[in-house]
Amino acid sequence: MKYILMMNTMRAGAGVPTWPRADLQAHITFMHGLNRDLRESGELVSAEGLSFPDQARLVRAGKDGVSVTDGVFPESKEFLAGFWIIDVDTPERAYAIAARVSAAPGPGGNPLNMPIEVRPVMSAPPPEML
Amino acid sequence: MTDSATTRPWDPKSEHLLRELAPQVLGVVARRFRDFSSAEDAVQEAMLAAFRQWPREGIPENPRGWLIRVASRRMTDTVRSEMARRQRETAMTTEEEPAIEPAENIEADMDPEDTLVFLFMCCHPALSTSSAIALTLRAVGGLTTAEIANAFMVPEATMAQRISRAKQSIKASKVPFRLPTPQERRERLPAALHVLYLIFSEGYASSIGAQLQRLDLAREGIRLTRGAKTLLPEDAEIAGLLSLMLLTNARRAARTGPHEELIPLDKQDRGLWDRDEIAEGLDLLSLALSKGAVGLYQLQAAIAAVHDEAARPEDTDWPQILALYELLQRVVPSPMVTLNHAIAIAMVHGPERGLERLRALDSDERLAGHYRLDAVRGHLFEKLGDFEKAVHHYRTAAAGTTSIPEQNYLMTQAARLEEDRRQLKNSSPGPESRL
Repeated sequence: MKYILMMNTMRAGAGVPTWPRADLQAHITFMHGLNRDLRESGELVSAEGLSFPDQARLVRAGKDGVSVTDGVFPESKEFLAGFWIIDVDTPERAYAIAARVSAAPGPGGNPLNMPIEVRPVMSAPPPEML
Repeated sequence: MTDSATTRPWDPKSEHLLRELAPQVLGVVARRFRDFSSAEDAVQEAMLAAFRQWPREGIPENPRGWLIRVASRRMTDTVRSEMARRQRETAMTTEEEPAIEPAENIEADMDPEDTLVFLFMCCHPALSTSSAIALTLRAVGGLTTAEIANAFMVPEATMAQRISRAKQSIKASKVPFRLPTPQERRERLPAALHVLYLIFSEGYASSIGAQLQRLDLAREGIRLTRGAKTLLPEDAEIAGLLSLMLLTNARRAARTGPHEELIPLDKQDRGLWDRDEIAEGLDLLSLALSKGAVGLYQLQAAIAAVHDEAARPEDTDWPQILALYELLQRVVPSPMVTLNHAIAIAMVHGPERGLERLRALDSDERLAGHYRLDAVRGHLFEKLGDFEKAVHHYRTAAAGTTSIPEQNYLMTQAARLEEDRRQLKNSSPGPESRL
């Protein structure tokens, strides 16, 4: 079963983290370790980090042509910072991986406890229709 | 196969041999059937068959002949079914079969220059860069679609489609299947070298940690350029490009640390640099430079050579690098060259002069707001001792890059400077103590 784990970050003050070097290092090392483990367990499908919201553009086609405006959805308080697509045996395993992501170390080495949205990817084969 | 009376065992070098044969086999088949696009598909299938069979059963005595026969058989099938379709459609009956039986004397059909013909064809300006890269890797490099897809981390079906569209563009543009005239060659060589350079740099830039399991595009770029150099030994720019690749690739083991972090040139463990690659790169470069006409790749190789020749960072001959960038700016002016020129100025004449040079780029639309500009500013302000500005520029650059290793590097630079700044504050009564 494939799941997407979406890592959301609060939009307020979004930008490059200005943590002390040791904390930054710990965070980077944590993420590398996580990806390495998922690769080695054969569960990683893909993982991507996304640019900061100031580089996001909103494109919408309409009667008057296509409009391109700055920013992520203006009404959202959070933005998608990155995602993993994993292929695991059970939903519980997906939740366990999400919990590990959520507890990634932040300033002072304390867990960030970020909300991680877990959703099944619609990748099952079509059933035999009788 | 019935023709494999004598076989040799498969070893790691055989894969190389097999790939080298691909464009030569393609030449024979494409000429015989007068259809580049289908021949290219047929050769790909022959390659796949060889990859399945040879490691198990050994390499046939005449591997080229084997590949030509398998590809020709595939072509014959394609042509026959195409004929049958047309006959059904036109309700025509004819006893005539196309003359497609493979001639016995296949070696006579061989032309070593075919590799060059295909290189020019695949790097034709009618193709988009990504299509040219994909088709070159397959038709000239003998790589499989799956390997190319894996290298660019796209699904195999996507890559197959990209290659098939590239071939349609070639068909539509009516590129003749022959070696370009010397005049055409001069005009089109830069585009071909650019594609080879991009193959290399894609591999080099992404050869970090996780990506190590991917096909090594840097090696493929070097291999293809080496092949082109054998066929055009007198061309100084091909030699320059090969030299640049080798002198750059030589530092690969030193450019990342245990946690996949980027290590800048002046912090690298130079003991990890590949001495053989450096020696070969230097030889090629001096040979190329002796031929006169200095071009883009020779100059960049010369700059890489100055770095590689320094035993320690402080031994780097910056005045020479500066002179080379000034030359480069005259030959191929670009904002990226100006950016590097500014670094060289700073190393020779001090950071203020470098920053002054950068100001000219603020009005350049091609680079205004580009994160590289901030990264270099951060570096120069750090050298100047203005840590506050340096931190600001490092962070702005970190927010702008689309490379995670580079983003991590820039954020760490900013964090390190802030630490230094705090320590400086704690250990001294005021900023004047820095003097």
